[in-house]
Amino acid sequence: MKRRSGPSLLAIFGACLIPVMIAWAEYGDVILNNNSEAEGVAPVIFPHWFHRIRFQCSVCHVELGIKMEAGTTDIGMQDLIDGRYCGACHDGQTAWPIDNCDLCHSGKPGLETGVKGGHKTTGPGIY
Amino acid sequence: MLSAALLATASVGLAAGKWKPLKKDGIHDPSNPAINVLQEPADALGVLQVDTAGNMVDWARSLEYRFIEPRGSIDGDYQPEVLDTTVLMRNTMPMRYVRFPHRTHTQWMSCETCHDSIFVAEVDANPISMGKILQGEYCGICHGAVAFPLTECDRCHNTDSSTVGHEKPAPARDEGS
Repeated sequence: MKRRSGPSLLAIFGACLIPVMIAWAEYGDVILNNNSEAEGVAPVIFPHWFHRIRFQCSVCHVELGIKMEAGTTDIGMQDLIDGRYCGACHDGQTAWPIDNCDLCHSGKPGLETGVKGGHKTTGPGIY
Repeated sequence: MLSAALLATASVGLAAGKWKPLKKDGIHDPSNPAINVLQEPADALGVLQVDTAGNMVDWARSLEYRFIEPRGSIDGDYQPEVLDTTVLMRNTMPMRYVRFPHRTHTQWMSCETCHDSIFVAEVDANPISMGKILQGEYCGICHGAVAFPLTECDRCHNTDSSTVGHEKPAPARDEGS
């Protein structure tokens, strides 16, 4: 009996490991590279998970007018300097100011605009 | 006993492997000096309520139990009104009906976030389908991207059709029928 219980326990253990292997974090990181690399800077990685801890959805998606589909809002550095979009908070008062280029422009070269993460169902438009 | 130990080992492995460090997440440039300044996902997410899918955080519970208290406006003076109604969607083919909780969603966002740019604020007026959701429309704008993924069928398809009309909670709360 003991011999037979061994493999079944192993199977249970294996089943427990499956989620470990496939359930990599779905960060909801948003990559913005419509203009960045074309203008000589690294793509922007916006950590959505970081911001939603601090602000409700409607702060950015209603109050600041950032559309929910990644990359569909035309955001330029001049907008930020003028206090629009990210610049509404990243002004040195609510959050660090926008002269910390590397904190946002932190992506690898060649990334495409979109929502990223490790989970296999990550992001809209999986087909 | 042994299986308990194995399960414990598995859960430790699960906790350790949930969030990749920024340097290894495949999108951040490890040579960027700022990478040491940015908050690691495990530091921020590891203290929140645990989920079994998506980014392994139960965001709704984390909010409900006040693990997080996100501001409702930039200056923090405004909190969107919480709407405590549900919408029952019956056109679900062989799947269970969908009972959409306004409450869970309005705790996160104001009405304008969804209405009317994504959903017309009228029952049965939105031609929602799983095909469209899977392509990132309607619910799929958030679910599968920043909210729990579309593998979790039962969380939305949560209502047995035979129970509808025989419920203890007042059906008057339902906007749909």
